[in-house]
Amino acid sequence: MTVTDKRPVPAAAPPKTKSPFKYRLSGWDLKYSPYLYISPFFLLFALVGLFPLVYTFFVSMYDWHLLKGQGEFVGLNNFTEVLQDRFFWNSLGNTMSIFLLSAIPQLIAALFIAAVLDQNLRAKTFWRMSVLLPYIVTPVAVAMIFTNMFGEDQGLINNLLGNFGIDPIMWRTDTLPSHIAIATMVNWRWTGYNALILLAAMQAVPRDIYESAAIDGAGAFRRFFSITLPSIRPTMIFVIITSTIGGLQIFAEPRLFDPTDAGGASASSRPPCSICGRWASSGRTSARPPPLPGCCSC
Amino acid sequence: MSLLEKKTAGRSTSSPARPGRPLRQRIFGNGLKPGYLTYGLLLAFFLGSAYPLWWSVVVGSRTNEALGLEWPPLLPGGNFWTNVGEVFATIPFWTALWNSILISTIITVSVVTFSTLAGYAFAKLKFRGNAALMVAVVATMAIPTQLGIIPLFMVMRTFGWTGEIGAVIIPSLVTAFGVFFMRQYLVDVIPDELIESARMDGANMIRTFWHVALPAAKPAMAILSLFTFMMAWTDFLWPLLVLDAGNPTLQTALSQLSSARYVDYSVVLTGAILATIPLLVLFVLAGKQLISGIMQGAVKG
Repeated sequence: MTVTDKRPVPAAAPPKTKSPFKYRLSGWDLKYSPYLYISPFFLLFALVGLFPLVYTFFVSMYDWHLLKGQGEFVGLNNFTEVLQDRFFWNSLGNTMSIFLLSAIPQLIAALFIAAVLDQNLRAKTFWRMSVLLPYIVTPVAVAMIFTNMFGEDQGLINNLLGNFGIDPIMWRTDTLPSHIAIATMVNWRWTGYNALILLAAMQAVPRDIYESAAIDGAGAFRRFFSITLPSIRPTMIFVIITSTIGGLQIFAEPRLFDPTDAGGASASSRPPCSICGRWASSGRTSARPPPLPGCCSC
Repeated sequence: MSLLEKKTAGRSTSSPARPGRPLRQRIFGNGLKPGYLTYGLLLAFFLGSAYPLWWSVVVGSRTNEALGLEWPPLLPGGNFWTNVGEVFATIPFWTALWNSILISTIITVSVVTFSTLAGYAFAKLKFRGNAALMVAVVATMAIPTQLGIIPLFMVMRTFGWTGEIGAVIIPSLVTAFGVFFMRQYLVDVIPDELIESARMDGANMIRTFWHVALPAAKPAMAILSLFTFMMAWTDFLWPLLVLDAGNPTLQTALSQLSSARYVDYSVVLTGAILATIPLLVLFVLAGKQLISGIMQGAVKG
């Protein structure tokens, strides 16, 4: 009310220039506030994201020498070289395979766990927090336990299979088993994390909808598919996108699983590692910095 | 009277738990109250999630020989305090702990504040370029961290920030993950009419945010704080690059334990346990917050 009272009578005042400062301020507020709210992200990204990206791209267009530094301009030659490299395609295939083996089961399991946690449980906090435990365990412990589980000679799983007279599975040598082993590690670590994100969205669904649906005779499955899933759609999209991006960038798990064999002919190598491994092990380390995923942390 | 019929008909009743519940309901639950089966499943998840942590405690309280045993021991040994002494003697534990707390707290507060603001703007405010800028935010997530890490190091060196904990904090002050997460959460949770009416009442933009968006965003903010803190706490690669050994975070300090020629894994795991305890404390604190936040969201929603 107060705002409208202070508004100038349109007929009396010439537009804009003479309108009271407060009114104009509120116009600016409406128009520019959204940009102000999103600006921190973009400013920070310009500094710590965009510049390094542009710089990396610039570097990738030159021949590069460890001692002499920048060499000649070679355009996109480095990229062509990587694309012609069979290890690159091999590792790309491995990434896709591990991604499919991890992302889909992970999403289904996360949804299921979130739905279980969404119920009216006793000791809610305890159960909810416990799904995050895999995330905080030190990688050293994770690596030791999973290496032991998936050992080829004396591994826990092969021993168990042996009791049923099943031949040991070559968890490291064979392609698919190694992918399954790595995907298991990824899933173990990230399912609870995604489940908690989905749970937060499920909690925002008003409870009375469930109650009236239950009274109308809808069973648990019906309620899940007709109420829960449609209501958490935006968060589902979020989880699918982030886990896709994360899944295509997996870095830690393959290295933890097989720390001695980073890249090269290893069946489980993926782009970042295979490229680094190659550049590090072949004499061409000095030839140029890796043009694509430019890590040298291997 | 119809109650009796319904009860015999089974599933459709939403009767509260009572001692006389049929066995079938006690096992499978009746839809609104979980049954034994649910708790059994949860217990299985819990054991699977907690085992590696427990294993770390067991090995961390013994000596390296525990690793050579054919069957891993299930109970802690008596060597814990010796290992703790070893950790304290090898790494600057208290400096590292303080750095980790400071870094993770600042990052968490900043990420949650800026992500909530930006996520709210993207979800609920109309401005030119909204959709395109949102896509840009998501697209930045697709850039692997490793890609820009060397040029980023050069940026930090140019500003003379290497070695300072500021160099760890600054790149993480606001994340695409946080902005995207808040946007997706808020887009359905806040009704447009609520914002309209706040503005009708003469609230300016920031007041609308404060009184309408913030209460609705609380559950998501609690989750985002927890995740951001955990991520900052466990971050390894970047702190290792920019900080020097005298002024480390907990994670980079712990790596010094395993860099010797002979690695004593029981000491490494003891160090890891010590670094995990603050997170477990956070879980207990955040857990309560999470539940109360969620309750509030459910009422408002």
